[in-house]
Amino acid sequence: MATSNELIRVVDVKKEYNNGKVKALNGCNLTIHQGEVVAIIGASGSGKSTLLRCLNMLETPTSGHIYFDGVDLADKSVDLNLHRRKMGMVFQHFNLFPHKTVMQNITLAPVHLKLKTKAEAQAKGKELLDRIGLADKANEYPNMLSGGQKQRIAIVRALAMEPEVMLFDEPTSALDPEMVNEVLDLMRDLARNGMTMVVVTHEMGFAREVASRVIFMDGGQILEENEPNELFDHPNNPRLKDFLSKVL
Amino acid sequence: MDWEGIFGNLSPASFFNFSFMGEYGTYILQAVGYTLLLAVCSVLLAVIPALLLAIMRLSKNKLVKGISGAYIAIFRSTPLLVQLSIIYFGLFGAVRIPNSWQLFGFIPMSRFIPGVVALALNSSAYVAEIFRGGILAVDIGQTEAARSLGLSSWASMQLVVLPQAIKNVLPALANEIVTMVKESSICSTLGMAELMFAAKTVAGATYITLAPYTVAALIYFCINYPASKAIEAIERRMRRGDKQ
Repeated sequence: MATSNELIRVVDVKKEYNNGKVKALNGCNLTIHQGEVVAIIGASGSGKSTLLRCLNMLETPTSGHIYFDGVDLADKSVDLNLHRRKMGMVFQHFNLFPHKTVMQNITLAPVHLKLKTKAEAQAKGKELLDRIGLADKANEYPNMLSGGQKQRIAIVRALAMEPEVMLFDEPTSALDPEMVNEVLDLMRDLARNGMTMVVVTHEMGFAREVASRVIFMDGGQILEENEPNELFDHPNNPRLKDFLSKVL
Repeated sequence: MDWEGIFGNLSPASFFNFSFMGEYGTYILQAVGYTLLLAVCSVLLAVIPALLLAIMRLSKNKLVKGISGAYIAIFRSTPLLVQLSIIYFGLFGAVRIPNSWQLFGFIPMSRFIPGVVALALNSSAYVAEIFRGGILAVDIGQTEAARSLGLSSWASMQLVVLPQAIKNVLPALANEIVTMVKESSICSTLGMAELMFAAKTVAGATYITLAPYTVAALIYFCINYPASKAIEAIERRMRRGDKQ
């Protein structure tokens, strides 16, 4: 893929806690191009969520660089707020704002940041809610929704910012099994429409089916990356083989 | 039973000798007004500085955090009576308020304002800790979600965290008002004619030593108990539409 399509480049990112006693990330390098769907897999504690959270600087790397649209987000002089607008994030526990209605959740940031007028933001919100079949929930509070509905609204809230990339941090891990598919379906739909996505997931079926590239992490390092069929069917790294034998 | 032999002139009846109420009823009622004004004004005045102190306390900047920490430590570790005296004789010894300024015709500002200022300064240290707890009780995921949408840390605080934190702290804030209704009785020592002062005055004037204090206790209770219950009810109602 041409380098002009490069969206995110991670260069030698390290993340340490407790003055270096705990190394969550141990020198990660990764390039993500426009339109790619990158799945990150690995055992818990492998550093996959930390890496994802470094991409929009929710975790500050101890060292290294995160280039997004050519700007190094790890540079302290960069206005992170401007760049985060273009990186939607979806969390394991949804993190909808409980004191706001569904529509207010969706319109809060675009309106506050003056990217849209209230009317424009609501029109966009309605369009997105229609798309996921939850238009009738616009005036409900999050506590009235099921887990799957909450997560789909959280995705829509991120989409309302019209991001260039969507980051998913184990988006289906907190869901009851029967609600996993409605969220994965929406994510499939996004992927099909060309959204650039980075997905930390335990859903191997989803990774194989939707991802254009799968990354395996262990011990804070990227140990293997490949297109999904190759990675799942012909793993090279012994730790990946071991991991796959446990989860597949 | 020979009550006089055992307790002198103290008898069960002396708790409830309310014969002074006819003459002093209005005076006591005014004193209740004084007490309520002291408590409500001081807590309301404390809210904004307390919020500021709480946010400062949570700041990453060590100096900002330290200033707030020192303020809270000083006001929580010294007696209110001492603070009141220092503020009354020190601060308001320098800044004189004319004796002729009166609130509602019976509250001289020259005493009321130092009282409110002292109570508010004291209360803001406690309310700051209440707010800090309330802010910390809001799930960190809420801040992360707000920041990931590109909101600044102040916008996240203001639009997402504080509205939820304030709901969290309502019961504790109610307790603080109740506490202040009680604590304000200390202002009687500096001649503010609030409820405790009125009870003392009536006791002195009528030689009925006990019953005026019984009346004061009953009034304090009848203000504080329903007040805390009412705010609990409001809080329950606000909590609807709140759980994730």
